[in-house]
Amino acid sequence: MRNSSINFLYENVQSNPDKICAADEHNALNFSTLFTRAYNISKVLHKKNTINQPVLVYLPKSIDSIICFAGILLSGNFYVPVDIKSPLKRTEKIIQNLVPYRIMSTHTYEDNFKALSIPYEQIIFLEDINTENNNNSMNEMIAQMRRITDQIIDTDPCYIIYTSGSTGTPKGVVIPHRGVIDYIEWAVSCLEVNVDDIIGNQAPLYFDNSTLDIYLSWATGAQLHLIPENMFLFPVKLIEYLEEKEVTFIFFVPSVLISISQMNLLSPNKLASLKKIVFAGEVMPTKHLAYWQKMLPDRVYVNLYGPTEITVDCTYFFVDRIYKPDESLPIGYPCNNSAVLILNEHNELATIGEQGELCVRGSSLALGYWNDEEKTRAVFVQNPLKKNYFDRIYRTGDVVYKNEKDQIIFVGRKDSQIKHMGYRIELDEIEHAVGSLSSVNKCCVLYNNDKKEINLFYEAEKEILSAEFRKTLATLIPEYMMPRKFYYFKRLPLNPNGKIDRKVLENEYMNKTE
Amino acid sequence: MNNLNAILDILKQIRPEFNFAESKDFINEGLLDSFDIVTVVSKLEEQFGISIDGEDVTPENLKNLATLEDFIRRYLDKNES
Repeated sequence: MRNSSINFLYENVQSNPDKICAADEHNALNFSTLFTRAYNISKVLHKKNTINQPVLVYLPKSIDSIICFAGILLSGNFYVPVDIKSPLKRTEKIIQNLVPYRIMSTHTYEDNFKALSIPYEQIIFLEDINTENNNNSMNEMIAQMRRITDQIIDTDPCYIIYTSGSTGTPKGVVIPHRGVIDYIEWAVSCLEVNVDDIIGNQAPLYFDNSTLDIYLSWATGAQLHLIPENMFLFPVKLIEYLEEKEVTFIFFVPSVLISISQMNLLSPNKLASLKKIVFAGEVMPTKHLAYWQKMLPDRVYVNLYGPTEITVDCTYFFVDRIYKPDESLPIGYPCNNSAVLILNEHNELATIGEQGELCVRGSSLALGYWNDEEKTRAVFVQNPLKKNYFDRIYRTGDVVYKNEKDQIIFVGRKDSQIKHMGYRIELDEIEHAVGSLSSVNKCCVLYNNDKKEINLFYEAEKEILSAEFRKTLATLIPEYMMPRKFYYFKRLPLNPNGKIDRKVLENEYMNKTE
Repeated sequence: MNNLNAILDILKQIRPEFNFAESKDFINEGLLDSFDIVTVVSKLEEQFGISIDGEDVTPENLKNLATLEDFIRRYLDKNES
């Protein structure tokens, strides 16, 4: 049994040393070079008797980031990737919560670290680390690293991913090695990825969907290809790029697949190398999926579902036919070694067709939220169906039901959390940011599901120019949380309880088709 | 209203905080993201009564105001001929 998710890499460094491991637009690195560079990082990071410490990775999406992840794991510590485009105030909150042991970055971001008053000695700059092999044989390097990583057990943390938090402070989801091992073992056999595959990565590395891309490559010897972010702006370029790089496997958020279908860019002779199209992160509209299926038949389409807290995905569905536009695409069945409970409001198992909250059991469960016992306790709870032994479940807050075929169907969220362009966002976090502005008295943020737009309704002495609003908010929240529409009110409508009447706002401002 | 102003109006509606007239490269200067591009294209179609081919939604055509104006003119010419 594997104790650390880095074992996947050990195995392929030995069996496929010269195979390309990670590539981007300009560079490609084979397994032995990647391992050598990770080894050198581990040498700098590792201190005796210091393992299981959080190391923040502050880098753009790059092969370097992948090397850092490997190097950090080799040093017996765990990685915490963050978005370098995020406002510094948000990064500061993460750093305050995390208290990283070290930060890995490059000199390019020195100004940011100064602004965040991070002590210089806490930062490890990649440029300062040797990239060469100092005449060590691969077996010798692996043996040295194993002496460190053999101290790790599979319930130790592997990574932390920060997600949107309702109080305005992002929550750090702590994922153990066994979550990753469990997920990847399922994925390799279920999605049938092998050494000849070229995996086209879309997900940012601070978004947990990238876990699948990275570890599938480490586990099978397949190539991980990091697609430049700009390609996603222009679907026609993206298709050319996927063809040029002969990508065989993609795990994208639906919004990317939708933009290709909206522009009608596919035809049966396109994307000849592409065999598997996997998606997750938000609901895939069947209308757009049907377009892909008609244009590119004989491909495998897989719908995955899961929150960060259970290690990326816990259910899967191989699309078995073309679904009508008004039909829901099932999220399917639990992944191997994961169990799904659908609990109704009385905490009993929901019957067929009855809606309830999707709860997850299994090795995939996160260890909780970093440095936040209260939030952890609220959602990682004892299985209410078991009284005689400890059986932890994660309550996702997602409402689902099972149909007659035992397939799980996603209905929506219980609370104010939404999925927007694949990102999980607490609308409360945006409200919190807007509410912190002195010029705003009250506000309310609603999501227009049809238009996929975040709408802000606010009360203030006078109207605030939306340009000004965006500029100020850009220092508090990331771009993907930015409201698209701003509605000014002298007084916001209230319901009988004296709360902002969200129903009225929804009906009057969001259901109108322009 | 001439084409140039109409295009500028659409861009201003979507991203009021940026000065599109002065930008030489909307994409590399970060004025538009993927979400905006979809919106820009659909608003242009609406405004000019054209149907833009997905193949034409490229960084070259959406680079700046001048390339956009050229791009729209080509579509309008095609419609007239």
